[in-house]
Amino acid sequence: MNAWYGIKTIAKRELGAYFSSPLAYIFIVIFLLLSSFFTFMVGAFFQRGEASLTRSFFDWHPWFYLFLVPAVGMRLWAEERRVGTIELLLTMPVTAWQAIVGKFLASWLFLGLALALTFPLVITVNYLGQPDNGVILCGYLGSWLMAGAYLAISCLTSALTRSQVVSFILSVVACLFFILCGFAPVVNLLSSWANPSVVDTVAAFSFITHFDGFQKGVVDSRDVIFFLSVILFALFSNSVVLRTHRAG
Amino acid sequence: MIIVSNLRKNFGAKRAVDDVSFSVERGEVLGFLGPNGAGKSTTMRMVTGFIPPTAGRITIGGFDVVDQPLQARRLVGYLPENAPAYTDMTVQGFLAFTAEIRGLRGPAKLAAVNRAIEMCFLENVRHQSVETLSKGYRHRTCFAQSVIHDPAVLVLDEPTDGLDPNQKHEVRSLIRRMGQQKAIIFSTHILEEVDAVCSRAIIINRGRIIANGTPAELRQRSEIAGAVTVRVAGEKAAALAQKLNALSPVKRTEVVAETASGATVRAYPKREPVNGEFAREINAALAGSKIEELHSEEGRLDEVFRQLTLPNGPKEILS
Repeated sequence: MNAWYGIKTIAKRELGAYFSSPLAYIFIVIFLLLSSFFTFMVGAFFQRGEASLTRSFFDWHPWFYLFLVPAVGMRLWAEERRVGTIELLLTMPVTAWQAIVGKFLASWLFLGLALALTFPLVITVNYLGQPDNGVILCGYLGSWLMAGAYLAISCLTSALTRSQVVSFILSVVACLFFILCGFAPVVNLLSSWANPSVVDTVAAFSFITHFDGFQKGVVDSRDVIFFLSVILFALFSNSVVLRTHRAG
Repeated sequence: MIIVSNLRKNFGAKRAVDDVSFSVERGEVLGFLGPNGAGKSTTMRMVTGFIPPTAGRITIGGFDVVDQPLQARRLVGYLPENAPAYTDMTVQGFLAFTAEIRGLRGPAKLAAVNRAIEMCFLENVRHQSVETLSKGYRHRTCFAQSVIHDPAVLVLDEPTDGLDPNQKHEVRSLIRRMGQQKAIIFSTHILEEVDAVCSRAIIINRGRIIANGTPAELRQRSEIAGAVTVRVAGEKAAALAQKLNALSPVKRTEVVAETASGATVRAYPKREPVNGEFAREINAALAGSKIEELHSEEGRLDEVFRQLTLPNGPKEILS
């Protein structure tokens, strides 16, 4: 029995858990409503007069994810700890890593599905004009990678507590930090009293900064590595938290 | 199958399990007795590999639980305390998941699920969500999960907790039946269960093993074991007690009951009686009296349990 088999089995169960509760459907509906509303009404899709999803659609993603991804990730470990099934899961013949990766992958795929369901926007923009579909695809890829980073942080905060609410709040606060450190008003505020190298260092940790390239159609390896390393680091911390919790 | 040696677990400054050693072979059912918080669950969690021991070694089927966790865990079925199960799944879905994660696929998985459902009487709730199950059914669902891969070793933490008397009986006979081929550890604080199910019992208190033996051996350690209780019609208790006290093998007597029609007195022997000789001597001494009842006491587990686990209980039987 190889490692992938354990990961797949756990991921399958987690995906099933999403769809056997209302959570998945509510999440998808809200995500689609929000993204359409912001694209057309707030993002002024029509007034812009350009066949692109860059500013009108993708700009909002870091903010949607701030609240929606912790809602997806909060139950992953907190619920296991509350109900006690963690004791079953971690005494099965799978390693803690397989469980962590399986849970993460299931939720990440779910987020990918929700993201893919925004495809009518792509059709719309293609119907109205001649957009660069490569740029759009790149935006989707970046958005999904960014969602993975949010999700990994939510996994970590979920393992810290047995309360989903606490997990949600911790996760939102942590993710908010990763957004704000590159958010234009905050960066401006910082640069008024800190020296530029400090400002750049702080801004380099921001999801917004790293997502910006993807939106413009640039797949910069540094951005990919940034998101992947946030994911890896958060999942590694997740395993440390689990181990500490078990060691009592 | 299970060898535990010098196991220790500290939670911060508190020592939850202290120098615990035992072993269980196939065909044995080991009962784990002890008051709440004695370290039963902690020991079981270490045996199943959920929490790492502070010191000591556990091997299951020759595999070290800490160094070769996956090989060891494959041999074990585990029913944790409070019988947790994924509430968002159906009974069948939950069992299929546990079968799959144990490496069973396709027809083998289906067969295992069906066998477990049949064994634990879950047919009625097969397609019901775990969330809506009553406590007894939920318990049995988790129990079914622990036997789904027909493991060589079963670790059951309070398997009859929260069940009604019929279900308790059912689970006990299940454990007894499976105990013929498997090595089973189960914890309980119900003492009849030890008699009904175990081939051996360990009493654990404040993290230490304080008694280890067959239920009969443990009962022998009770003060009352070997005493003879006799009921004689038409006699005063004081007179009867005096008569018995006069006998040489009698250490002391105790009046159990006195009614208008007669008296019941218990006599304790000076040394451990062999083959009922003490009872025969008493019977002979009372020749001529109207003996209505005369029997040797077997000893009671609850008394032994209390003697051993109460903080100020008698210490002489610890020897």
